[in-house]
Amino acid sequence: MALLKVTDLQVYYGVIQAIKGISFEVNAGEVIALIGANGAGKTTILHAITGLVPVKSGSIEFEVPKTGMNDKDIVTETVNLRKTPAHKIVSLGMAHVPEGRRIFSQLTVLENLKMGAYTRNDKEEMEQTLKKVYKRFPRLEERKNQVAGTLSGGEQQMLAMGRALMSHPRIILMDEPSMGLSPILVEEIFDIIKEISKSGTTVLLVEQNAKKALSIANRAYVLETGNIVLEGDAKELMNDESVKKAYLGE
Amino acid sequence: MKLVEYIIGQLINGLNAGSIYALIALGYSMVYGIAKMINFAHGDIIMVGSYALYVFIVLMKMPVIVAILLTIGFCAILGITIERIAYKPLRKAPPLAVLITAIGVSFFLQNASLLIFKANPIPFGTIIKVDAVNIGNISISGLTIVTLVVTFICMAILTLFINKTKAGSAMRAVSEDKGAAQLMGINVNRTISLTFAIGSALAAIAGILFLSQYPSLKPTMGALPGIKAFVAAVLGGIGNVPGAMLGGMLLGIIENTAKAYISTEVSDAIVFGVLILVLLLKPSGLLGKKRIEKV
Ligand SMILES: Nc1ncnc2c1ncn2[C@@H]1O[C@H](COP(=O)(O)OP(=O)(O)OP(=O)(O)O)[C@@H](O)[C@H]1O
Ligand SMILES: [Mg+2]
Repeated sequence: MALLKVTDLQVYYGVIQAIKGISFEVNAGEVIALIGANGAGKTTILHAITGLVPVKSGSIEFEVPKTGMNDKDIVTETVNLRKTPAHKIVSLGMAHVPEGRRIFSQLTVLENLKMGAYTRNDKEEMEQTLKKVYKRFPRLEERKNQVAGTLSGGEQQMLAMGRALMSHPRIILMDEPSMGLSPILVEEIFDIIKEISKSGTTVLLVEQNAKKALSIANRAYVLETGNIVLEGDAKELMNDESVKKAYLGE
Repeated sequence: MKLVEYIIGQLINGLNAGSIYALIALGYSMVYGIAKMINFAHGDIIMVGSYALYVFIVLMKMPVIVAILLTIGFCAILGITIERIAYKPLRKAPPLAVLITAIGVSFFLQNASLLIFKANPIPFGTIIKVDAVNIGNISISGLTIVTLVVTFICMAILTLFINKTKAGSAMRAVSEDKGAAQLMGINVNRTISLTFAIGSALAAIAGILFLSQYPSLKPTMGALPGIKAFVAAVLGGIGNVPGAMLGGMLLGIIENTAKAYISTEVSDAIVFGVLILVLLLKPSGLLGKKRIEKV
């Protein structure tokens, strides 16, 4: 069963329909890329999933482990995220690295990371996770007491990712993590995404950089003005003539 | 020597008035920081708090300390209620609609107390009975000492709360980016409620201190300290907590100095003159930061 299943999603901004009834799914362990031109609706989809914009119709189903069960048998239940208030979604195991990073610029790096663990009450576990995040992003540890607004763009992206990881997500949604970064940093960020995936976290990746996104994804969806026009295996899409022409600049 | 003592005495008087402005200004500033609105009904919380204290002490004959705590609690709940009923439905409305609503709430509170308690001022004996303290030739009244100490304690607790607790960090996060805060799992509505509760509780404390200095109750008593505290908040940089503290204290000192050396009649004009001057030189207020633009 899919970890995240979006069915016939429609989103409006006022009278303008931004998402015109799309369906897709993300299985546990996958890296799924969502690619498309500016204004295609990628960010809107992620915002709809995590409750930042209201959904007109459709369903967003998320598999959540059932609490209170014994550990041996893994029992899950399906939660409709449309009926879940935005602030309750992260504790279900879904983190969102939003477009433009949206770190808390007046808070310190450490305070930002702690905000990422806001819903987690076990202090010891939080410290453990913090250590892991620092290990992945040594730069953040060096700057932990620095006000986040003074970080460089690349560092801010790392902070946004670290902050999301602080919540122990089972799935992480990333909105253009490579935006505005130098080629070396883009490489670095994509390596980190690969690592995150390897460590068992499912990834839904929105990217302008279609080439890089397809190179690390298992499957991908191509979005055009609110519709999914193409979907399939990432490697196959990379060789698709229309994708090559429109998104890979070949 | 006489002159120095005189100046110190005036400074203490200024800080005394400034403490009350600062406590009220904190509410304006915190609410602005988080809800991006000027809560013009905030000054009237002082009035409601004063009447509440009167009801608890004089009419219901409660012990002073109980009455004070109940007054603070009552105002905190009132603040939350006002936000829920009047402002929350307007979160996405144009600022002008919110502003007019806030003025409407202010009128509502004043008229409600007019209806209940009538227009005639009600005398109220001071509840703070502390002996004056003499330092050298300077005598500081007990009331002034209590005011300064209470204000200092409130500011210290508030500063610790905002900077050192999880709820305080969440409050700062919400004031910066509500959407991102929600992604962290922060309940934005509850954080806004908490902010109104704290602001109103501080206004209640300010009201109790104010009432002790000007022991007479009337429905419009919150208007003038309210507007001056608003000036203080803007002076310090609205949305900025240390700014509200500084702005309040400065305003008290400026006003008091103007009263002592120039004239009581024009002191208000001078206060507003200073505000205009500061805003010309630094539009974001003394401690207000220019917002860091997101790229
Ligand atoms: N808050 C909003 N109000 C009105 N229209 C909006 C709003 N946000 C997005 N839109 C519109 O919805 C459409 C989809 O926008 P969206 O931000 O989802 O695109 P995107 O695929 O993420 O683009 P980009 O690659 O540039 O980030 C666009 O036409 C955009 O103009
Ligand atoms: Mg986008």
